[in-house]
Amino acid sequence: MTLRQALPRPASGSALIVLGCPEVPVQQAVSLYVFYHLKKQGFHVHAAGNPAVLNLLRVSDPEKRYLPEVSVLETCIGNIIEKKRGFDLCMVFAHSDAGISYAATMRHILPGAYLVLVLFGKDPQSLEPLVDFPCELIVDKAVHNPVQLKKKTNEVMGWDA
Amino acid sequence: MGCIENLKYEIILPLGASFHECREYVEKNYKEIWYVDPGYKVFKEYIIGLPPIALGIDGCRIIFPYTKPCHGTYLLGILDCEEVTHIRSTARKKK
Repeated sequence: MTLRQALPRPASGSALIVLGCPEVPVQQAVSLYVFYHLKKQGFHVHAAGNPAVLNLLRVSDPEKRYLPEVSVLETCIGNIIEKKRGFDLCMVFAHSDAGISYAATMRHILPGAYLVLVLFGKDPQSLEPLVDFPCELIVDKAVHNPVQLKKKTNEVMGWDA
Repeated sequence: MGCIENLKYEIILPLGASFHECREYVEKNYKEIWYVDPGYKVFKEYIIGLPPIALGIDGCRIIFPYTKPCHGTYLLGILDCEEVTHIRSTARKKK
């Protein structure tokens, strides 16, 4: 069972979106949707991922209407550990055991951030028992169709109001 | 695999091993075990994972999990006496 975090969801501030391997298509659609909403709310948004996932986003949004500031994951983690960056909210997309490891790392290095973990892909339920740290959890068996995952994200982030 | 790719490493558990499997393997197969938190640096790379992260030491060989988003987690072994000394002086030893 996922541990609830004591922190309230921030209404504004800085947000970090951690992207997983881009092999599952819904991640791209939902992450752009999340960038849109967080920017609209007034968050300063930063996205981190591997070079492939960042290039997919850059090509999808050449005018940078939704694309936030981006960095390679290792650089982003280093900046947080070295206290060069901090975030009020962190959303991690995970569809594998490796994704959970990144989320656990973010929980540890950003103890004051409101953490949202999005579990998706072919079998997200199998990943759920691995989540033994406090966070808000969004779970949806989504590979190609992002509609249900978008709805669940709306509910957790308060965007359906 | 970044910096670590340039080192001479041995893959002890290949791609597809879960993070928990890596921890269990280290705890079952090595006498000298140290624990670190995510973000601890080994070979100039930040260790990723669910705390506590188990590192094994066997002589001058360090056994540690190495995670990349598209690759998953590997359990690697690398010979480096200096890094062993660093771990012994900065990590938490299994009691």
